[in-house]
Amino acid sequence: MIDTFAQLAHGMAVALQPLNLLYALIGVFLGTAVGVLPGIGPALTVALLLPVTYKLDPGGSLIMFAGIYYGGMYGGSTTAILINTPGESASMATALEGNKMAKAGRGGPALATAAIGSFVAGTIATIGLAFLAPWLVDFAVRFGPEDYFALMCVAFVTVSATFGDSPIRGLTSLFIGLTLGLIGIDKLTGQARLAFGIPELLDGVEVTTLAVGLFAVGEALYVASRRHHAEEKLEPVRGSLWMTREDWKRSWKPWLRGTMFGFPIGALPAGGAEIPTFLSYSTEKRLTKHPEEFGKGAIEGVAGPEAANNASAAGTLVPLLTLGLPTSATAAMMLAGFQQYGLNPGPLLFAERPDLVWGLIASLFIANVMLLVLNLPLVGLWVRLLAIPQPWLYAGILAFATMGTIAAKPSVVELSMLAGFGVMGFLMRRFDYPIAPVVVGLILGPIAESQLRRALQISLGDPLTLVQSPISATLLAIALIALVAPFVLKGLGRFKANED
Amino acid sequence: MTPFQKRLFGAAVALTLAAAGAAHAQQLELKLMAPAAPGGGWDQTARSMQQALVAAKIARSVQVTNVPGAGGSVGIAQFVNGAKGDGNQMMVNGFVMVGALAMNKSPVTLEQVTPIARLTEEIQVIVVPANSPLKTAQDLAAAVKADIAKVTFAGGSAGGVDHVMAALFAGAVGADAKKINYIPFSGGGESLAAILGAKVSAGISGLSEYEGQIKSGKLRALGVTSEKRIAGVDIPTFKEQGIDLVLANWRSVVAAPGITPEQRKTLSDAVEKMVKSDAWKDILKQKGWEDAYLGGDAFADFLKKETTRVTDVLKSVGLVKS
Repeated sequence: MIDTFAQLAHGMAVALQPLNLLYALIGVFLGTAVGVLPGIGPALTVALLLPVTYKLDPGGSLIMFAGIYYGGMYGGSTTAILINTPGESASMATALEGNKMAKAGRGGPALATAAIGSFVAGTIATIGLAFLAPWLVDFAVRFGPEDYFALMCVAFVTVSATFGDSPIRGLTSLFIGLTLGLIGIDKLTGQARLAFGIPELLDGVEVTTLAVGLFAVGEALYVASRRHHAEEKLEPVRGSLWMTREDWKRSWKPWLRGTMFGFPIGALPAGGAEIPTFLSYSTEKRLTKHPEEFGKGAIEGVAGPEAANNASAAGTLVPLLTLGLPTSATAAMMLAGFQQYGLNPGPLLFAERPDLVWGLIASLFIANVMLLVLNLPLVGLWVRLLAIPQPWLYAGILAFATMGTIAAKPSVVELSMLAGFGVMGFLMRRFDYPIAPVVVGLILGPIAESQLRRALQISLGDPLTLVQSPISATLLAIALIALVAPFVLKGLGRFKANED
Repeated sequence: MTPFQKRLFGAAVALTLAAAGAAHAQQLELKLMAPAAPGGGWDQTARSMQQALVAAKIARSVQVTNVPGAGGSVGIAQFVNGAKGDGNQMMVNGFVMVGALAMNKSPVTLEQVTPIARLTEEIQVIVVPANSPLKTAQDLAAAVKADIAKVTFAGGSAGGVDHVMAALFAGAVGADAKKINYIPFSGGGESLAAILGAKVSAGISGLSEYEGQIKSGKLRALGVTSEKRIAGVDIPTFKEQGIDLVLANWRSVVAAPGITPEQRKTLSDAVEKMVKSDAWKDILKQKGWEDAYLGGDAFADFLKKETTRVTDVLKSVGLVKS
């Protein structure tokens, strides 16, 4: 423990060198910028920067990459809140409540709670990375396919939080998403499904294309169609631009809970950032004292998922640094960055190059502070965006969404899909179907399917494997309780009411 | 003339000059396609070529484009249709594309492109968790022969080099390759976790990917697929353990269909010169890639043989319907 402190202090000394501070600043700035653009993620940015940074010293460029990573996670939330266009799939849960808040003139507090929540979560998770990494990684490696499947079951149960008022409509949306998730090459047998001979479909539907199509394009079409009926008046700021005391009171617990979801799940080799954000969203929806505000802009629904999102980014670094296990696209690029300097992340890295590892961890703290300093003053500027006249704003969003998609995958098929999903999003809004479950289905469906099939393949088809591992048994029990409890409680409530 | 047409015109002029004499080769303006997303092996190969070709003054400019999708199936389709007869375009490809094209029933095949050269290769390895009872490749062979379904192999995508290797291993030890229990994972990270957690019997991957874990003792390497022992690597080959399994994950570069013999020669010469340049050697060292240069007709032959071998294996495991 004392050892860790000493090494962290040493790392701080490395990270606080003026040149490394500059790299961190460049990193968070670039990261925020690309996070804002839908489609262009931190992975692509790091990939494009790799050849450029080849000549820099390893410490400096890795610090910059870490800054890009954290910045990207943060930047995605800005567009999600302001214009309902999640820059990354992990910011989708943020868009649900965040954009409603922005429309109600509370964009300022939404952006602020996202920024501060990211800072809190990022800082706690980085502390976790410094102190818990070796222990956590042992646990993470023990997660087998059956355990992941159980985790997906928990996630599926929580999807209902995004359903809105009608479970039937919610389930319909979810199944559309699950169907879209089937498109492409089946991971386990290599056979194409629902691709109709179109090669571009073989890799499946890109989550960001679907999310941007449904959320941004769909909304633009919907607003355009209703323009002559009842014009929606947008006030950029109603009430305080900053978080009120009440906002703080409602935010701090979701921040902490979001971190508790994000960090450990992010550390799982197949955990990812999306699942903790959904878990956090549905938890906040259940625990809130203001359930009536959910769906209309509840601050808890922004604070929790945003914290979970950033905490998972730090979690991803646990297996990367301790095992050399890249568990996200960006982590894979950072691994390539390490290898470029002949460094192999893994058990030996902590022993061989402690200056580098601890310098990197220390610079994560610094990147976090920088992000806060960089973004809080911008809040006032960002909400001005909403003052732009609606036709202009939505035209801008359409151009922005198209550009992002084209940049990520330059193909006609991809663009047609974006347009198709846009029309779908419009129709779903028009007929009052919830949109988020479609994206959730696309994310969770393929993971749940391949993990289940992997588990069964390893057990030679014995389904008992799904409950034999203590981790999966516990998770499945949680899922079952979460599924049944509301009905039981309702029944009990009725029972009690009858007694009176 | 639009700037694009101007560039095309410029390229055509450059090409004529280049064809006229090798002395003008530095006028080359190349377009290089990586049929994958930025960051992967093909992309890194393309960008390294770009770096070396320009640094060694072999080409004046090299532009890398990424066309990701389905193991290169999307990229090669676009390349064959869009670059036909264009002597200034090349595409990076490799082992994985052979299988991907067969499995995706691609209308475009590798026979349509003009082979230029094989550039690099990576040796494959089979590993087991440190506490596994399997100590040698022969132990694994015995386990596979005893009950093939019970031996689970973890590796990369279905039909990729790891999968083909699992099937070849089973075949080489006299088991029925059709029955192998191969579990594909997306990306090296996820399969590594499954091996470290002892969820599977053995793992297959490129050697460099697991080198750190092997050195630190968390994984035990049972054998490598090279012909002879690799210098500085203390792992026996399969061949010396009596198992006939030689395989490498190679990467190569090809040119457009329908180019003239002169155009082909210009490109081949440029690539050969690049391979011999110091800039390229530096990159190989830095990335840990093995030089596996094979040019001209020898490479064309090799490509044909590998295509047959991979397609046969994929047919034998039922991934490609014959």
